[in-house]
This record gives sequence, C-alpha cells and structure tokens, in this order.
Amino acid sequence: MIKIAKYVMYDILRNRFVMLYTVFLLVVTLSMFSLDNDPGKATLSLLNIILLVVPLVSIIFTTIHFFNSYEFIELLLAQPVNRKTIFFAEFIAIAFALSCAFVIGVALPMLLINFTDSTLYLVLAGLLLTFVFVALAFGASVSTRDKAKAIGVTLLFWFYFTLIYDGLILYVIYSFSDYPLEKVTLALVSLNPIDLARIIILLKLDLSALMGYTGAFYKNFFGSSLGITYSLLLLVAWTLVPLILAMRKFVRKDI
Amino acid sequence: MGRSGHAIQITLRDGAVLSFLLFISFSAISRTWTVGPGGELSSIRSAIQLASHGDTIRILPGIYREGNLIIQKSITLIGTEYPVMDGESKYEILTIAAPNVSIIGLKFINTGVGSINDIAAIKALESRRLKVINNLFENTFFGIYLSNSVGCLIEKNILQSNIDAEQIGNGIHAWKCDSITIRNNKVSGHRDGIYFEFVTHSQVENNFSHHNMRYGLHFMFSHNDDYRSNIFQNNGAGVAVMYTVGVHMKGNRFEDNWGSASFGLLLKDIRDSNIEKNFFSRNTTGIYMEGSSRCKFDENTFDQNGWAVKIQANCDGNDFTKNTFTANTFDMATNGSLVLNTIDHNYWDKYEGYDLNKDGVGDVPYHPVSLYSMVVEKMPSAVMLWRSFLVYLLDRTEKVVPSITPESLNDVHPLMRMAR
Amino acid sequence: MIKVNDLSKRFGRLEVLKSVSLDFHTSKSYAMIGPNGSGKTTLIKCILGMVLPDSGEIKVADKSIANDWTYRHQIGYMPQIGRYPDQMKIGQLFEMIRDLRGDASNLDEELIKEFRLNQMKDKRLHTLSGGTRQKVSAALAFLFNPRILILDEPTAGLDPIAVETLKAKILLEKNKERLFLITSHIMSDLDELSSHVIYLEEGKVLFNDSLDLLKEETREVKLGRAIATIMKRNLTQTLTA
Repeated sequence: MIKIAKYVMYDILRNRFVMLYTVFLLVVTLSMFSLDNDPGKATLSLLNIILLVVPLVSIIFTTIHFFNSYEFIELLLAQPVNRKTIFFAEFIAIAFALSCAFVIGVALPMLLINFTDSTLYLVLAGLLLTFVFVALAFGASVSTRDKAKAIGVTLLFWFYFTLIYDGLILYVIYSFSDYPLEKVTLALVSLNPIDLARIIILLKLDLSALMGYTGAFYKNFFGSSLGITYSLLLLVAWTLVPLILAMRKFVRKDI
Repeated sequence: MGRSGHAIQITLRDGAVLSFLLFISFSAISRTWTVGPGGELSSIRSAIQLASHGDTIRILPGIYREGNLIIQKSITLIGTEYPVMDGESKYEILTIAAPNVSIIGLKFINTGVGSINDIAAIKALESRRLKVINNLFENTFFGIYLSNSVGCLIEKNILQSNIDAEQIGNGIHAWKCDSITIRNNKVSGHRDGIYFEFVTHSQVENNFSHHNMRYGLHFMFSHNDDYRSNIFQNNGAGVAVMYTVGVHMKGNRFEDNWGSASFGLLLKDIRDSNIEKNFFSRNTTGIYMEGSSRCKFDENTFDQNGWAVKIQANCDGNDFTKNTFTANTFDMATNGSLVLNTIDHNYWDKYEGYDLNKDGVGDVPYHPVSLYSMVVEKMPSAVMLWRSFLVYLLDRTEKVVPSITPESLNDVHPLMRMAR
Repeated sequence: MIKVNDLSKRFGRLEVLKSVSLDFHTSKSYAMIGPNGSGKTTLIKCILGMVLPDSGEIKVADKSIANDWTYRHQIGYMPQIGRYPDQMKIGQLFEMIRDLRGDASNLDEELIKEFRLNQMKDKRLHTLSGGTRQKVSAALAFLFNPRILILDEPTAGLDPIAVETLKAKILLEKNKERLFLITSHIMSDLDELSSHVIYLEEGKVLFNDSLDLLKEETREVKLGRAIATIMKRNLTQTLTA
C-alpha cells in the first residue's frame, strides 16, 4: 500500500496544484499574523479561512485527481494488486499530500509564531477536516463515471456543509424556539463536520460567545475532555464512514 | 484623681492647657488588660467585664472558645500573632453595641450558621466609629456585619469562607449605615463579597472580592457611594447593583465572571451615576443595564467579553464616550428599536470604516449591534452557529442593508485609535 | 487453465454478456473475434477482475477469481489503448510495475530490447505516440513471463516492423506452455497466431472450436472468409427461424 501511495504521491507532487495550495495557505497565514498585532485575532481570522478553504480544496482536488488517475488505477488493476490496497493508497497519498500542504502552510508558521492550546486545536481541526473532505470526495467520485457530475456533487457537499446546513439549523431553532433546543442543536451540529471543527476551535479560542445563557450548556459539554473526545471521534467517524462506503463501492466498481 | 486636681489648681484660667491635661489624665487612667497564657487574665470575657471605657485588651496567642462576647464599652481589642476566636460552629463571636470600639489583629473561625439570625464573626449594632483592622476570618457565616452604624472603618481584613457550605452568608455586610469606609480587604468564598443595603456616603476602595458564590459586590438603595480601584473577579454572578442614585465607580476591574446569568456589572434602576475608567474583561456580559437613566460611561475598557454591553430598551439618557471595545464577541445588544442613549467617540476594534481627513475619527458611523447578536438574543441556541459562514454572510448583508438592527444605535464618531 | 462458467453482465439496460461459458487451455492460442460491442473487451475485463460479473463464475487454475487478486501474477495484459499516468517516464513505469509485482526474477526483456524502449527511458508517457504506447504495453505484458497472455488488439497502431516483431514474439512464446487470448479485427494476424477461434456476437458465443475445424467446416482457407461464411449462415438461420 505504501509503495503505491508513494507513486501516487509522486504523481501529485509533479502536479503544481498542491504546491500552489501550500503557498496560498502560507501567504494567508503570514499576512494574517503580520496584519494583526493580536495573535488571537489573527487565529480567529484564519479560522474562517480554514473552515472555508480547506474543505473546498480538499474535496475538489481529490475529485479531480481521482478522475485523472483513472488510467493509473486501470494499469494497477491488471496487476496482481488488491483493489482495497489501491483505494487506500490513493486515499493516503492524497490526504497526506494535502495535510503536508496544510502543515507547511498553516500549522508550522502558526505554531512557531503563536504556540497555544488553541492553535494546536486549530491545526488538529484543519487536518481532520482535510481527511473528512478527501473521504467525502472519494465517496462522490466512485459513485459516478462522469467527472463533471462528480465535481458538481462535491461542490454541493461543500456548499451544503458550509452554508445550507447551518441555515437549516437556524430554521429549526427559529421554528421551535419555544422549546428547549440545547440537546437538539447539539445533535444537529454533530452531523456537520465543519460545525464540529468550528466549535472545537471556538471553545479554545473564543469562549465568550459560548458562555452566554445557553452557551454554558454547550461549554459544559464541549469544554469537558469528554466533549472534546466526542467531537474528535465524530470527525474521525466522518472520515471513516464515507471512506469505507466508498471503498466498498470501489471494490465492486467496473473500471 | 489627685494629680488631676493638682493640675486644676495651677492652670485654672487656661482652657487649652486644661483640656490637654484632661487628655493626659484620661490616658493615664485607661488600662491595658492582657489575656491568655502568661497574661493576667485567662478569658476575654472577664477582661471585657473588668475593662472600662477607653481600655485596651491585649490578647496573646492561643485559641479562645468563649461563645458570644458582647461589647458595650468603647474598648480596643488587639491580638498578638492572630489569636484564634473560635465560634465552635455555634456562636456569633463578637457583638458590638458601643461607639469607638476597635478590633485589631484577631483571627475569627467557625461561627454558627443560622437561617433566621444572620450570625457573624463581628456584628456591630448601632455603633459609631467602629474600626475593624487587620483581622482574619475563616469559615465564618457572615464575616463583618454592620447594622445601623456610622463612620466605621473596615480595613485590611482577609475573609475567606467555604463556598461549598450548605448555607453561606456575606463577607462584609452593611445595612442602613452612613459614611463607612471599606478598603484593602480581601473577600472570597462568601455569598456576596460586599453587600450594602441602605448604605450612603461611603467609600469602597482597593478591595479584592473574588470567588464568591453570588456577587462580588451587591448593593441596593445605597446612594452616593464611591467605589474605586476594586477588583471583582470570578464571582458566581459578577457584580449587581440596584435601585440607587449617585453611584461613582472608577478604576475598578470586573473580570472572569462566567456563566449563564453572570455579569461583569449589572445595573438595575441606577440613576445619575458615573462609571469611568473601569476595566471589563472576560465576562459573559460586561455591563448589563435595565431601567437605568442618566449614567455616564467614560473611558472604560471592554475586552474579550461575550457581550460588552447589553442595554435594555427601558434605559434612557445614558452616555457612552471614549470607551474602548476590543475582542468582544458582541459589542452591544439591545432588545428594542428605540434608542434613547448616546454613544459617541468610542473605539471599536470591529470598525471597518475609514478616516479620509485624518482627524482620528471615522467618517462613517459604526453600528455596534450586529444582526446575529439580535438573533442570539431571541434564540439562544443559535449561539452554536457563531463564526460560521452563514452568520458571517448574515452580518455582512445586514451591514449593507440594515433592516432589523436599530438604525439609530450607532457611534457617529468612532475613534480610529484607542483612547488612552 | 481459465474456465468461464455461465457468465452474464449488463451495463444498465445493455446486456453485454449473456451466460457465456468458455474453456481456455494452456499451450493454445485463442482468437476472440466478433463485431464491435459484442462483449470481447468486457469478457477480458471480467477475466482480469476489472469488471465484476452479475452472475457466473471465472476460475483461473481451478480457483475462483472472485475476491482474489493473486491470480493476476499469472496474467500479462496488453490493453487496447494503453493509458498511463501522464507525468511518469517510461523507465519509471517499468520500475514501478516490477516493484509492485515483486516477481522480479526471470524477466523477459526481449521486447524492451527489440522495441528499443531503453533508449526512451526518460520520455514522459504523455508525450508518446499511440504506437510507442502499444510497444510499452506489449513489453509490459510479456515482461514477467506470465502463463496467460491477454492481448487486446495487439497490432492496432503498430508500425509494420513492430507488428512483425510482436508476431514473432507471440509465435515464439506459443510453444512455451502459454495460453494466449487475442482479440483483433485483423483476420490475417489471427490466422497466423491462433489455434482456436471464439466468435462472439451480442454477448453470446456463436462459435468456439479449433481454427482447422472452422476452415474445414466452411471450406475456406482464410480465417476472414471462414468467419464471413459463419456470419452469413447465422443470418439466414435467424431469418428462416
């Protein structure tokens, strides 16, 4: 698996996109910290970018790469190689390449400039988001033969998780505002990896908002080590479930 | 008496000299009683009985379990190396009902606890000029309790109680007092750190009130008092003050008051007051005000609060000038659309306007109330969406086309730099 | 060596293979022919495990290939259109496949030599012409001395010299206990290379026997004409039926 992943990695690195992504992240991170004297504020601004850009790039890049490496997969399939091995090698290579970009572009400079608990969580959340959206992209890619359709579907995923889903939550809260909704909101939020990542970071970075009237409830939940573990595990599940579903589909797929 | 009579014979005509000598003669007759192991008396009770007005009782190190001691003479109690006054979890330790009493350097522990009687380590009933200086209080129900007293001084005491106790009283409690001074005390683990009811013309200065169960400072109907340079930190519900006119707060710090009903400073029905140069940091709500009028908020700093200022719509004529707002989740929130308060010349770190003529004042007004803050006000659960892209878009849209947030609540002259 | 048993496959509404049953034996060379879309490539992909059949079973060396991948050690495959990672160089490609297959001993590098692929080691695959790609594919298929060789349109796109080289290679290997499965539209090639003919049409096996028998039956000397006769006969059969 590592052998194949190595070759896929090689292919990805030949492609300049990951390099560009790294440079983009690096420029954004450094400019945030140089524009803002308060590292906490810079971290918050970065949070917004990470929550938007990391999922988008991960999901689009993975989809495009998957379709571009169709030949490669075809070639491998004629060889005595397990399909699962090919699939996980592809996943590992892409997730690793994008994670590297994130680590070099965001994590390293941030940890060097401003090493705190919250930056650590930001890095962790960014990496997990990368994994989640790479996995989701695989799910979409193995389900269709049409590249354009797959990109459309993944864009929809992204749009859904960044915007539409939160709108739905707001709508639910609004419609049922006469009822105690803390637990419902909690459950709803768990169903969106971007929301989860956001809350993990906020709890470390920007507690004040969550400390309000209802916030105390969330704070008690997410602020505890149990809550953090819960959210991290959920994010891991958000990676594993789509990944395994995609893998099963891939194993049965006609190439 | 003999010496005194002699003096009268000599200087009968000179009043000034007479009074001077009278003073000498009184101090000459005032006695010092020593209590404790190695002293002339073994109990404080007998010392109080024997002492007359103006006497001093010196208490040597040791543990004194003497139940409730009642002082009805103008005497001074001075402890050496903090002798322990133990209330054995049953008694009020000192009850004072005389003017000019001083309590210095004692350690009070384990008062009784009562739901009907407010049992205290030191209770003053209609005392004038009581001085309580440099004492320690541990595990007391009420620490210092002043009732109907005037001109008292409470200074340099440390009061610490067990916040987990089933029943808990206030640290420094004053009811119907006038012209008292409370300074340099540390209070923690009580219900309210400092509690005033009908207390007027008093000074509260340089105290450190922290980790109390309810409020760090709590007062009602206490007009024309002055609060300076105190620190109120980490109290269950922060600081709450009510039904009072003429409050002067200057240079206090309100910090780390977290919780669903916790405030840096809660103002309810406060009128004609000045709140200036205070520092509000890391509170769920920096200032919450309702029914308050004609208060001036000048040069305060609001940093890292959930809501820096919440003004209910029933407040009017208040004035916010030259305050600094940094790193707050929400700068302001209100529950109505009619705004009768003035907000001008403040610094807002979220301000994104410009200053073309370089006069240090932004050229477009700043709206401190965001749409999302109003949403959260109505639907608290929506707080979970904080910093999501959706909320960002909502706030952006509202900024461009305001439709829900009160248009008139704005700072027409936002400062480009923090006021010093 | 390869046993195809009652194999069916449909892509959506299109039935590509209709209960196909075939036996392939070592030391024989099978020509698989049939019109476009008759299911040849699908059958090959089924044998390679790239396409999973809806029903039926394939056995290679008496072992079912379902959920197995190790059997592909015994197969060399030359695809119709060789598609390779664009950025890879020829040398890297050979190295990678060698690396992946692991069975590096006993390599057959004859075609690499004949096609002079070593001289083009540093060329990137996306810069290659169609013919050169076919050469690469052919060389790869033979490289590991596999017992089964599946060649999908091996001569298409090759220059005449390369065609002859490849044919010579196939004829040489035929005698070494190998199984060849070749599809082509060039009947003369198949005439030379194969001992057996399988004729597929609309996902059904219409003819499956030795080349000699086919020629005898149709009284034709050339494979192409023989097949044409078969097709005509079928047509009249369906018309009269």
